[in-house]
Amino acid sequence: MTKLKDAAAEVPNDVKMETREVNVYYGDNHAIRNVDFDIIDRSVTALIGPSGCGKSTYLRALNRMNDTIDICRVEGRILLDGENIYDRSVDPVEVRRRVGMVFQKSNPFPKSIFDNVAFGLRIGGEKDKDLIAQRVEESLKGAALWEEVKDTLHKRGTFLSGGQQQRLCIARALAMKPEILLLDEPSSALDPKATAHIEELISELKQDVTIIMVTHNIAQAARISDFTTFIYLGEMVEYGTTEKMFTVPKDKRTEEYLTGKFG
Amino acid sequence: MRHTSKDWLLAGLTGLSLLVILTLLAVLLGQIVWHGAPVISAEFLSQSPGADMISGGIWPAIYGTVFMTLLMTIAGVPVGIATAIYLSEYASARSRIAKVVRIAVNNLAGVPSIVFGLFGLGFFIIFVGGSIDALLYDDSTPVWGKPSILWASLTLAVLTLPVVIVTTEEALRTVPQEFRDASLALGATRFQTVYKIVLPNAKGGILTGVILAVSRGAGEVAPIIFCGAANFLPYLPTDLRDMFMHLGYHVYALATQSPNVDAARPTLFGTVLVLLVLTFSLNLLAVIIRARSRAALRS
Repeated sequence: MTKLKDAAAEVPNDVKMETREVNVYYGDNHAIRNVDFDIIDRSVTALIGPSGCGKSTYLRALNRMNDTIDICRVEGRILLDGENIYDRSVDPVEVRRRVGMVFQKSNPFPKSIFDNVAFGLRIGGEKDKDLIAQRVEESLKGAALWEEVKDTLHKRGTFLSGGQQQRLCIARALAMKPEILLLDEPSSALDPKATAHIEELISELKQDVTIIMVTHNIAQAARISDFTTFIYLGEMVEYGTTEKMFTVPKDKRTEEYLTGKFG
Repeated sequence: MRHTSKDWLLAGLTGLSLLVILTLLAVLLGQIVWHGAPVISAEFLSQSPGADMISGGIWPAIYGTVFMTLLMTIAGVPVGIATAIYLSEYASARSRIAKVVRIAVNNLAGVPSIVFGLFGLGFFIIFVGGSIDALLYDDSTPVWGKPSILWASLTLAVLTLPVVIVTTEEALRTVPQEFRDASLALGATRFQTVYKIVLPNAKGGILTGVILAVSRGAGEVAPIIFCGAANFLPYLPTDLRDMFMHLGYHVYALATQSPNVDAARPTLFGTVLVLLVLTFSLNLLAVIIRARSRAALRS
């Protein structure tokens, strides 16, 4: 908890999610070892580390997406507002409604822009057409896509450019009004301009949503995150405010990674 | 790119095989159309065969084939699609049950069709039908325990099952995993994901597979020889327990059972032509659906 106190002293916020001794196994591979830290409400937390270090695996544990992979096993506790999402009484579907996710590769459904954003609401049983239309507009505005698509809502989402598709996926996740949004390298497949757009968007979104993002782009973590967690070989090496970690890293490995000695 | 002599040789050989196949197809179809077309008339398509099997028409055989194909589709296709959904969407990659089902399906696909006929006779007619008779009727005359259009259709449903399962599973696998992930991450249940995302995106492939399976089943003769097809039955089946005439079986009957085989030849070719037109139109439908669903995915 000392790590948390360090961080909380600088940014007085509440804890939204706590992960306690989280271990993730992928078949025989022990992918994540004893990761233990807190996520502050309405902040941006970046998970950084070299490729294959387990960042994405860890991220997928936070909304129980790993449940869908047969060989994947998660141990430990992940508390969302104090409640363990891996408790037997918790429905993973409910968890995923509260903890949204946007994937590395944009994956709009081959449906219209409108239907893409409305999907989550409709499967959640929402019948009120006005409410759906209103939420679609809000979400697209929230994802800074509304102005570009408001006249083509009934065109297929797959016609959009890469950056627009990724913002559509963010809008689709926002329509569920999630409390936490998980972003798995959301701009790794985008050009610099579209990336800047997404980064700007993330900084705006944290007014309402807690954001946890995986990135292999150290500069990106430095630009937009409040907190950074450095994961190396499945272990959490260091956690703290981004400012502090990037100026005075405590661990030698963090320093070496940040200065580009390995990656 | 410059063609070397090896390239020319290969191009020549592949071109030659193409030519052989096209020639075979042309001769085969040409002969059938040449001999069969003159026989085709409104009467031939709408009347019952005469007592000599050569005169009259083949309407009961057309009707029987269509009726049997419909029953077979209703009985077999839903089971096949459900099995494929289980294998592709629900079973874990390491599941023993799924492994056993897959082995069973592959073996089922390799079983000669006459064996399905024997299975139909032994299982459906003698065991299932016989048991129903023993339970419901005191009389020794069989009501259910005899060849009928129902048992023939069920036998063919079992025969087409592996094709439906394999093609449906393939169609389901072409739906990108990212779609499933996106749906699940939005709080959809597994069932909602299958129903709202996976099935609509696999629809074209599934339909194509189903139609090809059905068209194969429609033309099969061996499995129904013991199970309900009749040599000569100049009336239409009105009950599931009736026997029926079948185009394929009629061809077999005309060629082997007719009192005058030479005189039967035109009728024979006419019947073959009708059977081919029926199965080809099913295949054509499959091609059109496939083209349409591909176009829909692109646009």
